[in-house]
Parts: sequence; structure tokens; C-alpha cells
Amino acid sequence: MSTTATTPDAGRKPVVPARISEFGRTFVARHASVMPMLAALAILVLILIGAQIHFGDFVNPRTLSALLLDNAYLLILAVGMTFVIVTGGIDLSVGSVMAFTGIGAAQMLSHGVSSAIVIPAMILGGAFIGLMIGVLVQYFDVQPFIASLAGLFLARGLAYVVSLKSIRVENEHVLWLQSTRWWFGDWYLTPTGVIALLTVVVGALVMKYTRFGRTVYAVGGGEQSARLMGLAVARTKVLVYVISGVCGGLAGLVLTAYSGAGYPRNGIGTELDVIAAVVIGGTLLTGGAGYVVGSLIGVLVYGTIHTVISYMGAEQSWMRIIIGLMLLMFIVVQRVIVVRAERRR
Amino acid sequence: MSTSTTEPTKPQERGTDAVVQMRGVTIRFPGVLALDRVDFTLRPGEVHALMGENGAGKSTLIKALTGVYSIDSGTITVSGTERVFTSTADAQAAGISTVYQEINLCPNLSVGENVMLGHEPHGLRGIDWRATHRTAAEHLSSLGLDLDTQTILSSHSIAVQQLVAISRAMVLDARVLILDEPTSSLDRDEVEQLFTVIRGLRDRGVAILFVSHFLDQIYEISDRITVLRNGTLVGEYAIGDLPRGELVTQMIGRELDELEAISVSAERPIDRTVAPVIKAEGVGRKGVLEPADLDVFPGEIVGIAGLLGSGRTELVRLLCGADRPDTGTLSVHGKITKLTTPRHALERRIAFSSENRRAEGIVADLTVAENIMLGIQARRGWLRKVRKQEQDAVVEEYIKALGVRPADPNRKVGELSGGNQQKVLLGRWLATAPELLILDEPTRGIDVGAKADIQRKVAELAEQGLAVIFISSELEEVLRLAQRVAVMRDRRQIGILESSAVDVDGVIDYMATIGEGSVA
Amino acid sequence: MSRLIKHHLFWPGFALVALVVLNTVVRPRFIEISVQHGALYGAPIDILRNSAPMMLVALGMTLVIATRGIDLSVGAVMAVSGAVALTIIDGSDSPGSVGTVLVAIAVGVGVSLILGVWNGFLVSVLKIQPIIATLVLMMAGRGVALLVTGGFITTVTSDPLKYVASGHLLGLPFALFIWVAAVVVVSLVERRTALGVLTEAVGINPEASRLAGVRATGIILGTYVLSGGLAGMAGIIYSSNIMAADANAAGELIELYAILAVVLGGTSLAGGKFSIAGTVIGVLIIQTLQSTILFLGVSSAQSPVFFAAVVVVVVLIQAPAVHRAARQFLQRRSTHVPDITRGTEVAR
Repeated sequence: MSTTATTPDAGRKPVVPARISEFGRTFVARHASVMPMLAALAILVLILIGAQIHFGDFVNPRTLSALLLDNAYLLILAVGMTFVIVTGGIDLSVGSVMAFTGIGAAQMLSHGVSSAIVIPAMILGGAFIGLMIGVLVQYFDVQPFIASLAGLFLARGLAYVVSLKSIRVENEHVLWLQSTRWWFGDWYLTPTGVIALLTVVVGALVMKYTRFGRTVYAVGGGEQSARLMGLAVARTKVLVYVISGVCGGLAGLVLTAYSGAGYPRNGIGTELDVIAAVVIGGTLLTGGAGYVVGSLIGVLVYGTIHTVISYMGAEQSWMRIIIGLMLLMFIVVQRVIVVRAERRR
Repeated sequence: MSTSTTEPTKPQERGTDAVVQMRGVTIRFPGVLALDRVDFTLRPGEVHALMGENGAGKSTLIKALTGVYSIDSGTITVSGTERVFTSTADAQAAGISTVYQEINLCPNLSVGENVMLGHEPHGLRGIDWRATHRTAAEHLSSLGLDLDTQTILSSHSIAVQQLVAISRAMVLDARVLILDEPTSSLDRDEVEQLFTVIRGLRDRGVAILFVSHFLDQIYEISDRITVLRNGTLVGEYAIGDLPRGELVTQMIGRELDELEAISVSAERPIDRTVAPVIKAEGVGRKGVLEPADLDVFPGEIVGIAGLLGSGRTELVRLLCGADRPDTGTLSVHGKITKLTTPRHALERRIAFSSENRRAEGIVADLTVAENIMLGIQARRGWLRKVRKQEQDAVVEEYIKALGVRPADPNRKVGELSGGNQQKVLLGRWLATAPELLILDEPTRGIDVGAKADIQRKVAELAEQGLAVIFISSELEEVLRLAQRVAVMRDRRQIGILESSAVDVDGVIDYMATIGEGSVA
Repeated sequence: MSRLIKHHLFWPGFALVALVVLNTVVRPRFIEISVQHGALYGAPIDILRNSAPMMLVALGMTLVIATRGIDLSVGAVMAVSGAVALTIIDGSDSPGSVGTVLVAIAVGVGVSLILGVWNGFLVSVLKIQPIIATLVLMMAGRGVALLVTGGFITTVTSDPLKYVASGHLLGLPFALFIWVAAVVVVSLVERRTALGVLTEAVGINPEASRLAGVRATGIILGTYVLSGGLAGMAGIIYSSNIMAADANAAGELIELYAILAVVLGGTSLAGGKFSIAGTVIGVLIIQTLQSTILFLGVSSAQSPVFFAAVVVVVVLIQAPAVHRAARQFLQRRSTHVPDITRGTEVAR
């Protein structure tokens, strides 16, 4: 019987891949997960160009600044949702948490509690619900869908417990968040917009440059492997839901400032919009791939379509249909890519 | 007799400083004594093979060493200090790293990140990616690997991923590297490269624990070998002191005689003038299998031999609709047919029993009866349910004929042992009254008694006219049952032998030498 | 006795009975049934009637879940069905005629069946993850319903329509007959034909089923079509109840309650063996709970808080970690039990 001491012949395929010389293949192998995000960006640009052509005066500082203003709450929620979805989970509670913290804050403010207490309380409230969900998912093996469903029930019910009707906010600090405009020529930024952008920046930096952020990706790519590699999987899985909850609280603040009132019926169905925006932005629902910046793009796509529909004077019910169909399109494309990759292996 | 052309290098440090010492280790599970007072020694700078059949305790021992299981009694000493592992992190901290068959890395992250994950250089501004990739590249090249560390791990072959996993182990400064079935998915060149890396590590003083069922590879790479059987230590040897035959005997005991009796039936004459039940001409699938030819006549058992990864399963899957071929033609009873789905194949009386019992065979939460009837019921469609009387009769017939234990048709199949599950599956396929039965590793991982039962049944059925294709990693088994043996290597068919004309070593020679440029 | 406890319906049944007993103790009038104008009235009757929409939706959801899937679109489908049906009645010359109502119902349910085909196609042919596939319709569906009603809440006056949700037959609510009929028909089909076993096989091990020749595509498609159709009927009942089509409120959160009912009834979200009887009990538990909560003076809008607690309790009971802790506590083992449940296999 022979075990030949062979050296690979010249004609054989090299066992160790040499530096991949073709730029294309290197690029794809290095940046495969960025492609969906680039696709979303391309779509955003296309929509903006299309709208500009159609309406003539769409791409102007006023409209674009309003984009950020109107969708700040969605952007914040999307950042939190990105963390959760990259680990392979899902958080259905965000809309309800937003409503609960919003109405809770409005209630407290209307009783004269200082905003210095109310604002942290909102965020803590969101964090707490997120913690509950995270613990259920990690330590009790509950599927994220069900666990966040419990969170949804809890937050929504609590919102109505706080108040069955809307409560106006007259607190000056909160209103300042909304009414202040910082002008740069024809462009403007509001404090809420800044909060949203800051959330994006912090989220992106954490994902890329911290061990926690890399663990989030690792868990999404292979939780068992991540555990065997010695990463703090349990802590991370709980933390992403806490982050989502914190974002829910923050979004509640922003939305309350935006509308000048807390309303227990806020955010019904918002979690779907958030998920759609995150998926459109290139994050895979199966986990392991996605960028916070991508979710930003996804929210911008969402917001732009919303504005286009308003401009067209069409009913907002079209919004649901279009976003639903866009979501479908992205998912089908994601699926085709996955099938192709699997076939190649 | 087997000796590698390269002599196993003597370990660097011999003597009392064992890096791992297990003494009297016992692990008990409900109803099973998985390890019974096992002693095990691992020295630095050696490649140590751990051998044993399925169920011998190999994986239990490894899990004890890696902190997955805790031991009920006995001691584990690492580098002179007694250790108690309560988690995988403990074992890693003690310098024991494992590379599993399923490559426990994150396929969605880059090569460099995988190597350094959890240990990336970082400072005030977070992770320093440049330093991370640089360090990773250094580690990889110290193993002789030249990879672009920024590429995504999943864009590389399994073989490369495995080497990345080994690299990671070295980052963690492992003193013990456990390789669990590392070569199952590798081709010949990739195995060679892996062995070069292993030898390099060994020469650096790392202790390597190598688990594999490929005897040739064990003999090629190992210095010492430990044999387990039924949870007990049979012996520890230097590789040169243990001939192949003796190793096999030690692993499986003396139950060979029962199986000898079956070989008599293989010498039957086969009528090859009729149309073959199935004939495959140039059947292949891009990237999966080179075009191959095969035909099977009624009453004939054709075996398929080859190492794991040689393409045996891939070939038969193309013959039964489980996968679709890109090239070639299939003829059933002389008529050219396209088998697009397993359902099609079953309609043409071709049944396929997958090697992956758990994932592709049993429907665990359904009863024995429902599992047996599944094939028949699927063909009838959902509307026409098989009447209870008929179902009971069929189920009872097969439970009895195959000796399913416990003989309870209402037991959930998931609760049965592996051997009995295999019998239930066999019952399912036989109940569909096939003309061709394809069995992929039907006796893997089951006890010898059940093994003998199944082989006897297959021989019986062939005598009665059933055509069978039989895949097994155990060449003795294949030669015992089959009239002809198709030999595969590296996703290619290299020939078809008459089983009466060769013995095990002959087939192995054939596998190793035909088509190769160089010869020993 | 232990055989009784091990029966898969024991705990759900026990929970329901306990709930009813508790209610009766707190308000003895709970089980009081009176006869007026030849029809039965009382809290239990209300529960049986009001549970009709959830029963139908949960019934369809049971089978979808059995195939390892999920249907999040049922609420939206309810909205579409109601919107379509009421728009037809509203736009017809004779909204009060039985014929018109029957046509409207047929079209409403028909549209729902088509939406079910849509879902089924995405899942079984395109092989998209069910949660995502049905999410699309969950979003888009409400938009469609809003378009159909033109953004308004369409109200109609129609006695035949009113009869669906509020009428009585043989002294019992008509809606009760609807859901009982659906449950009976589906149960018979599932168990008398091989559909039940094949569905379970597909859910437990799709690949093994494929290799055994099971036509999974058709089976999976069928479950989504059925789920759609049942949701459509539920939408009709809902609209009949309020005599209006409210595209936003119809079926709000119902998918989540339906899933909860299925889980309460013992069917696992991981797919496989399912129990229609369990789902029926699950829905009754939820409805009884809701009735209890209302009685306690809690506004129905606030009731989700209680259901959060229910969800938590249910999942905790089913959680492996809790089982392990309970087992250890009962056996009082001081030595560490090898962690063989965490995804590792005992050597065979």
C-alpha cells in the first residue's frame, strides 16, 4: 500500500491559493457583504433622480433636511434593530416601546417632573424591556420572535395603562429638541436629527471597532462557533436587545418631541417599517451580515418614498404596499444570491 | 503490512513530561458507561492517534479534554497541574485547542478576523485592524500559508478553512491541538498539505491528538496510537509496533465470524443478458462528480468503495433523483429516463437510503409504523390513506422480518437505537417494493448484531431478485456482499472490479495507484 | 393517572378548567346561562361566539406552524377580506339581500385564498423564509385594504351580514357553528386522509420527507392557502360584528394571539406534530382570560400586559433550562450533570 510523498505537480491545482490576482475576485471575496448596501444606495440615488425629474424641484435642501427631521425616530430604531438582526434575532417590540416611553414621559412631564429625570427614565424603561427580552432569548431559549412579542404586549399594554388618551407636552426642553433649527444656508438640522445621526455614528463605530461589535457579527455567523471561540456570546445576545430597547426609548423621546405629545397608539406597526428599512439597507435577516450605515440608507429610501407619495398626493396606504413590495424584491434577490453561492460550493 | 514511505519522526522530547495525563477517567450517562477508568497520555512533540469504532468513547474522551463534559471520577493533569474543566473556556485557557469537523469559525467574517477573533490588538480607538490583519498573516505564514487575510472565510475551500482554524489555535498558544476527523472532506492534495502543517507543529513541540477512521492516514502521520473499545482502554502503542490487521481486531473484537457466513451468497451467478435495472452512462455533475458509468442487474449487489469524499454518495444521489445530473443518461430497464425527484425514482421502483440517518432518514417524532409507511403513503398521495388493517399488516411484517427492537409500532422512532432506526428505514424502502435499492452506509455507527442482521437481509433480498447498490467505508463488508465493486477516488470513478478477484488490500492498492502519476 | 398527565392535552385543558373555576369563584354569575327569545345568553356563550375569528385564524396557523412556517399576514388578510366584502355590499343596489351578502362573502374569501396562494408560492416555491414572506403581505395587505375602502371605514346596513356574527341558530350563536364546522372539517381531513401525517413529516424532517417521495411543495402551499381562506372568513365575521370595514383595526395583533394559542395548545413552533384540539383549547384560554380581564375593570387596550405575563409563563414552562433546573432540584444531585443537552450528541 502506498502513501506517496508527493509534491504538487506543476499541472495540478495549487493547494495553497496564491494571492488572488484578479482585482474583481479579490474585491468580491473581501467585500461581498457590502454589495447589498451598495445596491440600496444605488436605489436611493435612482429614486431621488427619478423624483427630481418628475417633480422638478424634489432634491432641494428643504426637502432633504425634512427627510432627516421626519424620520429621525425611525433611524434611531433602525440602528438598534440592526444590532439585533445581525445576531440573527428580531425585535417586534420597538414600536410599542417607543409608544410606552413616549406616553410615559409625557405623563411625567405633565406632572411637573423635570426633564433631567424624565429623559433618562425613558431610556432606562426601554432598556429594561429590552433586558427582559434578551434574558428570555438567551437564558430560557425562547425564540426571539416570541420573546419580543411578549415585550410588544407588555409595552403596548403599559402604554395604555399610563394613559388611554394622548397627552400634550409643554415642557420647554423637550419642545426645544424639535423647534430648534440650526441653519447652514438653506439646510437645517434639528437636535433630534443630531441625536439620530449621533446614534448612527456611535452604532457604526461600535460595530466595527469594539470586541462587542465583532461578537455581534460572530454570533450571527455561527453562534456555536463563537461560543467555542471563547467569545462572550451570552452577554452579547442579551445586550443587543438592551440596545434595541434603549433605541426604543430614545426614539420615544424624539417622536414625542416631534409631535408635541405622547400617544399610546404610536408606533403600531412601526417595527415592520424598521425591519423593512434594515433589510432594504442590506442586512440579512438570517444574521451575520449588515451595516448600520446600510440601515441609514434603508431609512432614507423609506423616507424618500414616503415624501414622493405625499408629493403625488396619493394616499399613504400606497406606502405600505410599496414598502412591502420593495422588501419582497430585496428578499428575493438575497435569496437568489444565497442559492447561487450554495450551488457553487 | 503498512509502512509509510516517510518514517514517522521520533518525538522531540521523550520522557516523563507528558503534557496531558488522564488517569482512571470515568464518565457515565443515564444507562451508558461512556468511559470506564481510562488512562491516556499525550506527550509534547508527538502526533497521537485515537482509534475506536463508533461508540468506543473517542468523542467522549475528547469532550472531557475540551471541557464539554465533566468527568465523574479520575483525574486530568495538564503540564503537571491537575485540572477540572467546567467549560470550554477552561480547556482553552489550559492550552488545549480543538479543530472540529465542522470548522468552528465564523464564515461571514474575514480570514484575518477569524484567526484573531477575541484577541485583536486594540487601543484607545478600538480595534486596530491593520495590526490585526498583519498579525494574522504572520501566524498563517508561520504555518506555510499565504492567504489574503481580508477575504471572507466562506470564499475559501473547507481545507483552507481548516488550516485557518489551526492557525487560530496557534494564536491561542495551544500546547495541545486536537483534530477531530480533519480529513473527511479533503482531497488527496489537501490532506498532504494538512499533514505538512501538522508535522511542522509537531516539530515545534505541540502535542497533536488526531482522530480519524482513515487507517492509511493514521499510519502515515501518527507516532503513537491509543485504541478504545466500548469505553475502555485497549492499549497504547508506538505506530510501528501495531500492524493494521491487529489494530482492526483490537477495535472490533472477534465478532468477524458471524459476518463471514454471509459471503457465501456473493458467489452467485448473475444473469447479465437481460436489461439492467439501471444503467448510468457518463452521469456526472459539474463540481461534484466526474462523469461515471454504472449498471446493476436484477439480483446483483454492486458495491461502491472509496474513501470518504471520493464521490460515492454523490454518484448514487444522481441515480435516484436526490440530485440531478448535468451530463450523461440514465436508463431504467433499457428505457432512457430522467429522474427529477426522489418521488420520480420511487415511482420507477428505485429506493434510496441516505447515509445521514438523522438528517435525511428518520422522522424522529413519528412512530415506527408511520416511518415505515411513509414511502408508501407518499406515493399514494395524501387523499388515499392506507387502511389501518393493511398498515398494521405491513408494519408488523417488517418489524418481524428485520428484527426491530423494541417491536412496538407505536414507539417514536427517535427513541430507538441507531441500529433499529436503520432497520426501520430499511423497512420503509422495502415496503415500497423496489427493484433497485441503494444503501448508503447502512451499517455505519450501529452495533455488530444489527450490522449482521442488515447484511444478511440484503443478501437474502438480492437472492430473491432485488438489485442493490451498497456503499460502505468498510471494504470487508463491501467485498463480502457484492458481486462487483465500483471504485471511486477524488470525485472520479476509477474502475469496476469483480469482487471475487480481489481482497481488501487489492482494492486499496487499486484505489491508491490507478491514475496516479507517481507510485510508491 | 400518570398516563392522563402525560397526555398532550392535559396541561392546556387543566389551565382552561382552572381559569373557568377561578372566574366562577370570583363572580358566580360567570357560568350563568339564561334563555331569552329562544336563544342562550351568558358569559360562556359570549366567549364561544367572540372567539370565532381567532379560532379560524388559529386553526390555519396551526397547520402552517406544523410545516415549520408562520403566517404573519392573517390580520392584514382579514382586513382585505372585510374591505372587499363590505365594498361590494355597499356598492350594490340591494345590500340587504341574502344573495348580495353571499356573493360578497364569496368574493372576500376568494380574494383571501388568492393571497394565501401568494404566501404559499413565496414559501414553498421560492423557498423564502416564512417569517419574511408573510411579513410582506402583513405590510402591503393593510395598504391594499385601505385602498379598497378609500381610507374610510365603510359601514353598511345589512341584516344577512349582521346575522353572521350576531345571529342565532338553534339557540346558539351562528358564529359558533362556523368555527366548529371549520374545526371539524379540517380535523377530519387531516386525520382521515394522510394529509396530517404527511404535514407532520414535512415539518419534522423536510429532507427525509423529500427523499421518501412526499410532495412537500403542495402540502406547504396548501397550508398557506387554507390559512388565508380561514383568515378571510374571520375577516367577514369581524366586519359583521361591527357592521363596518375598518382596515386598520381589523385583525390587529391577531396573528400574535393566534400563535400564542397554538403554542398554548401544545404545538411546537419548531414544526412537526400538531394538535387542533390543543389550539381550540388555547383560543378558549385566551378568550376567557380576556373576559376575565375586562371583568376586572381593565380596559381591553391594556389587556396585552396580562398576555405578556401569559407568554412569559408559557415559554418558561416549556424552557429546557427550567426543566433542567427542576430535574436537578427534584433529584437533588450535588454533582454536576454533564451538559449533554447543549447541542452535543451522546456517543452512540
